[in-house]
Amino acid sequence: MEILGVPTALLGSQLLVGLINGSFYAILSLGLAIIFGLLNIINFAHGAQYMMGAFIAWLALTRFEINYWVALIAAPLLVGLFGVILERTMLRKLYKLDHLYGLLLTFGLALIIEGIFRDQFGISGESYEVPEALSGGIHLGFMFLPIYRAWVVVAALTVCFGTWFMIEKTKLGAYLRAGTENPQIVQALGINVPLLITFTYGYGVALAAFAGVLAAPVFQVNPLMGSNLIIVVFAVVVIGGMGSILGSIVTGIGLGLVEGLTKVFYPEASAVVVFVIMVIVLLVRPAGLFGKA
Amino acid sequence: MSTPSQTTTLIKPEVLYTGLFIVGLIAPFAIYPTFLMKLFCFALFACAFNLLLGFAGLLSFGHAAFLGTAGYVCGLMVRDVGVTPEIGILAGTVAAGLLGWVFGVLAIRRTGIYFAMITLALAQMVYFIVLQVKATGGEDGLQGVPRGHLFGVVDLSDNMAMYYLVYAVFSVGFFIIYRTIHSPFGQILKAIRENEPRAISLGYDVSRFKLTAFIISASLAGLAGATKTLIFQLASLSDVHWHTSGEVVLMTLLGGLGTILGPAVGSATIITLQNELADKVGSWVTVIMGSIFVLCVLAFRRGIVGEIQALIHRAGIR
Repeated sequence: MEILGVPTALLGSQLLVGLINGSFYAILSLGLAIIFGLLNIINFAHGAQYMMGAFIAWLALTRFEINYWVALIAAPLLVGLFGVILERTMLRKLYKLDHLYGLLLTFGLALIIEGIFRDQFGISGESYEVPEALSGGIHLGFMFLPIYRAWVVVAALTVCFGTWFMIEKTKLGAYLRAGTENPQIVQALGINVPLLITFTYGYGVALAAFAGVLAAPVFQVNPLMGSNLIIVVFAVVVIGGMGSILGSIVTGIGLGLVEGLTKVFYPEASAVVVFVIMVIVLLVRPAGLFGKA
Repeated sequence: MSTPSQTTTLIKPEVLYTGLFIVGLIAPFAIYPTFLMKLFCFALFACAFNLLLGFAGLLSFGHAAFLGTAGYVCGLMVRDVGVTPEIGILAGTVAAGLLGWVFGVLAIRRTGIYFAMITLALAQMVYFIVLQVKATGGEDGLQGVPRGHLFGVVDLSDNMAMYYLVYAVFSVGFFIIYRTIHSPFGQILKAIRENEPRAISLGYDVSRFKLTAFIISASLAGLAGATKTLIFQLASLSDVHWHTSGEVVLMTLLGGLGTILGPAVGSATIITLQNELADKVGSWVTVIMGSIFVLCVLAFRRGIVGEIQALIHRAGIR
């Protein structure tokens, strides 16, 4: 079977890879958007925290024989706690300053985290075995679907929409949205805004770590895995705009798919296609697809 | 991102700069010239960057693209086309300026944090292109670039001759930046940094000023990059990497944002540190750089030169 001269198996598998990458873009840009909404900070350490999630899962399995499912819960909690400490001890001091200082601080933190992991584990990369329950695959007739990859997409989307639901439909989410609009008024109404901020940063960071654990069996666990990804995610954020939660999810998935298609039809451009789209969006709609002008 | 940039009253600037200029002339007799040349390249790079961040308030996280592109263009022109070094440097500078124009037109459509993310993403695109295009030598970089003869006469393979060329390039670049900052154009940039809506309401075409500043900054970063290729006779992939973009931010921040000498002091400090530490601590260099970043942001936002200026200012008031 062929579509446009491309075997459907190839097309299908690249689209699946695109969907997986898109899921990671979605979770990561969602985390960035939530943090930016309340803290007005772009969390440059997001990639490093994603990498931490993957490494904690790998360390847990190889050193302590703690399985994937425990790591999937524990790693985000640990990294989220780490985020809470960062927010309480450092980020908090910057809220009254220019927003760019937050970017610079988290950039420095990313360098520190990455440097430590590189010193400990080298840059060669470690592999993490797919958990037994999710190994193997299904023949769909036109392509082979590895179960783990399907699981990544389902898990990522579930978490994304769970987050959307929490922000749009729950009371906590209402506080969060109100805090994004006007923190002073929300504070005056008796809501503990500093605590809300801490929680938000911790949650955003935990999302990154969750993505990291999901990614561990798909990609190599490598100290640099986050920094290469995060720059693409920045482009995704510029394309989507950070104004809308659903917008972040849709943009992330969409760009992953476009990247997958580019790998089929014009592989040389697959590394830059997201950036090219960013350029076009900036020319046509500078505020981003879902951004407020 | 505002930092006071008052000049000191105790030492006249003319005296200070003349003194520093003379120090630069005799420095290669006391310090290893190659090290000094590297230092001047990064100092010019950081000064060019500071023109944008310190005076126009625009944080570009993609300045490595200009340094690197100019390096590759200069290297290719000198090695494969066979032009003389000064034409190579000129070609690199122009290429960086053109790239700066493209980056500028795109990035200026957004402000603040988005501006930083856009420049970073565009620079990453340049990185991938450099990595994939055959002419640049991919991961190996561009090797075996001859230093050649300046104007076809002066043999640059002599380290001292090369040093004085680099020193001249740095001095010219520094002078351009100094003049830009102290011109009416520079004053308008500061006005935009301090209060953009007011600058607009006063009738200034803010985007045009930002774009011009961006192109000047990119060209001078390119000037530094092209010269660097001649010194080391290679253009490497790391020059286009985002690590280099981060490094120039760090140099400027450490030396003093929005001060004239700060970026040069900051880059001298960082380059010296890297030189001293490289053999001793290995991959911990990144950790140390990151820690300096964190320290600067949390506790030392005026930077070295900024702190000194503040001290002198306080002493002057008494």
